[in-house]
Amino acid sequence: MTGAPDASAAAHEHGHPDAPVLRLRDARLGFGGRTLWDHLSLDVCRGEFLAVLGPNGSGKSSLLRTILGQQDLTAGTIEFRGDDVRRGDRRIGYIPQQKMIPPGTPMRARDLVALGVNGHRFGLPLPRRGERERVDELLESVGASHYANAPVGTLSGGEQQRLRVGQALAGDPDLLLCDEPLLSLDLNHQREVSELIDRRRRTHGTPVVFVTHDVNPVLGMVDRILYLAGGQFREGTPDEVLRSDVLSELYQTPVEVFRSRGRVVVMGLPDTHDHHPHDDTTEASR
Amino acid sequence: MTTALAPLILTAAAGGGDDLWSRMFSFANYGELLQLVQNSVIAGAVLGIVGGLIGVFVMQRDMAFAVHGISELSFAGAAAALLLGVNVVAGSLVGSLIAAIIIGVMGSRARDRNSIIGVLMPFGLGLGILFLALYQGRTANKFGLLTGQIVSVDDPQLLWLIVISLVVLLGLGLIWRPLSFDSLDADVAAARGVPTRAVSLVFMVLLGLMVAVSVQIIGALLVLALLVTPAAAAMRVSASPILVPILSMLFGFVSAVGGILLALGGSLPISPYITTISFAIYLVCRIIEARRTRTRSFRSAGTTAGVAA
Repeated sequence: MTGAPDASAAAHEHGHPDAPVLRLRDARLGFGGRTLWDHLSLDVCRGEFLAVLGPNGSGKSSLLRTILGQQDLTAGTIEFRGDDVRRGDRRIGYIPQQKMIPPGTPMRARDLVALGVNGHRFGLPLPRRGERERVDELLESVGASHYANAPVGTLSGGEQQRLRVGQALAGDPDLLLCDEPLLSLDLNHQREVSELIDRRRRTHGTPVVFVTHDVNPVLGMVDRILYLAGGQFREGTPDEVLRSDVLSELYQTPVEVFRSRGRVVVMGLPDTHDHHPHDDTTEASR
Repeated sequence: MTTALAPLILTAAAGGGDDLWSRMFSFANYGELLQLVQNSVIAGAVLGIVGGLIGVFVMQRDMAFAVHGISELSFAGAAAALLLGVNVVAGSLVGSLIAAIIIGVMGSRARDRNSIIGVLMPFGLGLGILFLALYQGRTANKFGLLTGQIVSVDDPQLLWLIVISLVVLLGLGLIWRPLSFDSLDADVAAARGVPTRAVSLVFMVLLGLMVAVSVQIIGALLVLALLVTPAAAAMRVSASPILVPILSMLFGFVSAVGGILLALGGSLPISPYITTISFAIYLVCRIIEARRTRTRSFRSAGTTAGVAA
């Protein structure tokens, strides 16, 4: 808990401005006899945008749970800012999949964001000085001020997701973990939400670990890709990983990667529906 | 509420004569009666208020079925206590807490939870019926556990009820924010350091306490009328995190106290009065909601679907 308001100051206080924020060494995660990934060594440094790709069941979400301290590694180490990860570390901001909040939920937009500020705190729910200003500030930063008092259940998926970004930024995080945050959003909202996340990275240097099955909405922001499949992984820049030969080797079946007009399309995957962004966008109706 | 019921009652009275009417409503010697049931009115008020409050979370966590399941085991506990000649409130507390903790520990996911409740509930009800069949005492006591026995709240019992309700009130206040967070989005709450399992379990214990108290007053079969209906009604007309709990407590209070006061003169059990008032409030809230939705969609023609959704 550094409590430093500014991420760069926090990094200096730690002694190594360039030390990786997140560091995995020879990490392995398996359930029963099945290994999701093994010998995974990874550094995520300040200002980096790491996209984690792979089919369902390849261990993308398990990787996030490991970083959140909710899942122990089978072997190896994982450190966040020099210490072993622990459960409930509030220096990590977490943005979940968009799930619609049921209408009638007694909560306004500002209350959802406020949970990021004080939702972990026990005791009578009396407002503290400065909290309202903080929530207003966060609402402003994700462009949600004009619906601050609207019931969350009446908002669209994209509007709700902006609030979740605001909620995740409330703790002034040193790392942003995103678990398919664009799922079931339409293209406009995908762009808006991913730009909010990217803006935090550019202005504060907060590194982003972004789990997704469709890299296209964030392709312009991604520095590196971690591609998980079939118990193996490849890691590198998009140009190094999103190639026919690399993915064919990873999937152990011929796979074609096409690039056209800044989009990547992967053909011939064993479970194809996983890589068609349009399937999701058509389902995005609210 | 009386005006809403009046036509119904008038036809009933015209058909069945004065007899039915006076069995349902009679206000002779009202003052004296009120003195006699003073304890019940206080118990009803406390129960309505705290029940309305916990109901807000019952709704948000989609646990109406759990409330019903807990109340059946609470009934079994109370019936066992009746049979053994020990304190009935203690018996219903034990049954209630066992059920709440089982459901809390084993049913963290909604699907598991519903199947566990579906299995527990008939077992509890069956046990309760067995104990009642073996019980040789007054039959009024038997029915009271299922359908309410509020008229006979004595002083020690009232003290129990108030103390337990205060514990629930305080407990809810202390875990309010983490519980709201967990109810909305358990994954994010866990990532933010909320001990979600502990919070859920504490909530289940508080719910168990509240159900046990409610069983004493309104009966195991009708607990939902005070722990679910007021909150469901409040959520129809507001989405404010402050207004919904306040309205829900108000609705619970009006249902419980109003029901007792109306039932006082008649010779019928109190529960139907309470359940009818709480249902009527719910209906009114739905109508208000429907009207609002309609005017809103007139105002913004073309986005009707969006507002309705």
